Amino acid sequence: MLNWFTDLADLVVFHFLEMDSGSKATRALHFFIEDVTKIFFLLVTIVFLIGFFRSLVSPERARKMIGGQSPWKSYPLAVSLGAVTPFCSCSSVPLFIGFLEAGIPLGVTMAFLITSPMINEVAVLVLASTMGWKIAVAYVITGLAVGLLGGLAVAALKLEHHVEEYVWKIRMGETTLPTTDSTLPGRIRYASSQVREIVGRIWPYVLGGIGVGAMLHGFVPQSFFLEYAAADNPMAVPVAVLLGIPLYSNATGVIPVAEALLAKGVPIGTALALMMSVAAISLPEMIILRKVIKLPLIGIFVMWLFISFVAVGYLFNAIFA
Amino acid sequence: MKEVKVLGAGCKNCETTAHIISSRAEKMGVAIHIEKVSDMAEILGFGVMSTPGIVVDGQVVHTGGIPSFDDVDEWLAE
Repeated sequence: MLNWFTDLADLVVFHFLEMDSGSKATRALHFFIEDVTKIFFLLVTIVFLIGFFRSLVSPERARKMIGGQSPWKSYPLAVSLGAVTPFCSCSSVPLFIGFLEAGIPLGVTMAFLITSPMINEVAVLVLASTMGWKIAVAYVITGLAVGLLGGLAVAALKLEHHVEEYVWKIRMGETTLPTTDSTLPGRIRYASSQVREIVGRIWPYVLGGIGVGAMLHGFVPQSFFLEYAAADNPMAVPVAVLLGIPLYSNATGVIPVAEALLAKGVPIGTALALMMSVAAISLPEMIILRKVIKLPLIGIFVMWLFISFVAVGYLFNAIFA
Repeated sequence: MKEVKVLGAGCKNCETTAHIISSRAEKMGVAIHIEKVSDMAEILGFGVMSTPGIVVDGQVVHTGGIPSFDDVDEWLAE
């Protein structure tokens, strides 16, 4: 079914615009038109369906579900709920405080915060539809593992004293959050509002990602990637992760970039490592988290993510070589 | 006079939410007093973690996103 979007791009580029099929601009424009229509179609459809079946979990509900569980349950629960709980990065601070206030350990809270931006069902479904199930499953499993091990590491190092003191003093109120309307019109209304909310929030990242993907696809020759980003260059993975650290995009937004890189022969591990690094660590996110945690813990957090993304890159380059 | 609070650390979504509420109230001719709350202790005091949250006359009516016009109209009309 996704061939429609290739046909549509063919139609626009070759029939209406009558562009030369060999030129760089043609290749870039073709990629851009195909991906804009395909990814936004997928995005709207997937968010609507997810909203309709109400599989999105609010952070308040996640807090209730994780609070008071034994470590054996709370870590797996935190990473899996992190994957299905959408929240905008400006909610990270209240979320962090609310979790600790519920008695959820720092390690579990960090596991949740690491996993959440990296994995979400929308990005995973878009990834599966554009690049296949194998890559999507690999992305999910490694993302969950990075979150889980990161949380366990924070717990093992006993870093609670690096949390700002005022955080421990805040008490959370009880509230009955608005009840959900589960009639058919209510579900449709909720699903449409989720489309507006989520697509309204991430579209600039997705469009930007498609733009970068189109430029790479059209204008950067394959030989460039074969020379600098091939699997036999051990520096390619750490450089890709370092490039991704300051950059921020939504997980869905980096998919077109990864798609273009893979098509140019960049190995899968390197592409996955870049995707995770762009989605998970960013400068704005660190500045926001600085309000609740002190610099040493932020340093450890970034170091952990750097090391684990590099490891993921090497691992997948070796497995899929 | 309705007391409306918009809970949020001052991100763009919170600004948009406050703006939507003011303009809908003006359109409907409802007198409101709108306050932006960015103090974490107060936000969490309402039991809210996902911002923007909206409190109308002490009652949390919405969390975690920009509300729709229809919803805002409903809260203001009550």
